Amino acid sequence: MRLFGFIIVCLSGALLLYATQDFPPWGDPGSPASTHVSPRYLEKSMEETDVPNVVTSVLADYRGFDTMFETTVIFAAGMSCFILLRIVRKEDEDRYYRHVSTGVTFHIKGKGRIPERSGEFERIDTMWTPYDLIIKTMARFLVPFIQLFALYVLAHGHESPGGGFQGGVIMGASFIVMAIAFDLRTALNGFREKVDGLLSALGVFIYAGTGALCLVLGGNFIDYKELAKILPVDQVEARAYGILSVETGVFIAVMAVMVCIYINIASEGKHDEGL
Amino acid sequence: MTEAISLIVAKYNYWLYIVLMMIGLYAMIAKNNLIKKLVGMNIFQTAIILFYVSIGSKKGATIPIIEHVQGAGEHAIKVADYINPLPHVLMLTAIVVSVSTFGVALALALKIYQEYKTLEEDEILMRLREK
Repeated sequence: MRLFGFIIVCLSGALLLYATQDFPPWGDPGSPASTHVSPRYLEKSMEETDVPNVVTSVLADYRGFDTMFETTVIFAAGMSCFILLRIVRKEDEDRYYRHVSTGVTFHIKGKGRIPERSGEFERIDTMWTPYDLIIKTMARFLVPFIQLFALYVLAHGHESPGGGFQGGVIMGASFIVMAIAFDLRTALNGFREKVDGLLSALGVFIYAGTGALCLVLGGNFIDYKELAKILPVDQVEARAYGILSVETGVFIAVMAVMVCIYINIASEGKHDEGL
Repeated sequence: MTEAISLIVAKYNYWLYIVLMMIGLYAMIAKNNLIKKLVGMNIFQTAIILFYVSIGSKKGATIPIIEHVQGAGEHAIKVADYINPLPHVLMLTAIVVSVSTFGVALALALKIYQEYKTLEEDEILMRLREK
């Protein structure tokens, strides 16, 4: 199998290397990819949509359908992770608790009595017992800044590199940092599973809803200039606001799906402990 | 000989991406462990992403964000000054989608591990035959 695979790889690699001689040189301004449709975007983006970042305007306006279905793919990925892994039924497993003031750890086996929810005992992971002050303090200090930066990346996506996908991933990373530095239960207390599921659907809904709103106002689907009828701006600027609206939808969907995938995989669907 | 060398030097980026892509393909075909196969798939995707981004580059051009001054009015935009935004748009979505598909693949691998207690392909096939 190994040899067979190696031969296949060598043959297809040689074929592709042979094909490179027909490719344009690296950085050639006259290459076919740069001469047909992209000059139109570069020249007209500012004039038609009032968005200097051409990547954002192409992503959310000129190629809005593509991005909408990409968002749907991400939503579907999050849902399939949930459906594949989530176990709702609680089993009697061994648990570990720490008495907060003395630092004594308890191992509760099977059906043993579980301490009530209070400040006196805290549950700890089976695989990870030490109490690390530095990591927790640093995470608590950093997470607000990460989230602020994520919102900045979203809101400033028109003028600088950024947008819904990038901001959403950074925002999701901030929750994952919480889950790694503290434990999964702390992160889930701040960001409940139901909220997560609702947000991932809401993101897709905002995107499709903005498109449908344009339809209701008398234009085509995802034709943001119709939004000028309900916003106090002209048609060009309405497209910029339409882009911001769908980017917000993408942001929410990506954030929620990243958290959903991480939590389900890290805890094997039990949502109590892991990593 | 010198011709061949100049051909490689002019297009060395494509050569690198093809080598990277073949490493990924080899890992997907020949590796026995499912997680290693997934890593191979990710290397393959990365090679494609790099390939697309390199198609978009232009010599001496800057990122595709139009330089403008608020209220200064319209001025001519030179296309050669900005790199091609289209591959960047396509790859931007592709990166996030590849992360999500990788998540689904890991979830499936986790399910397989829970069922068969192994991630090695031949051992899984053996267990399947036993049943």
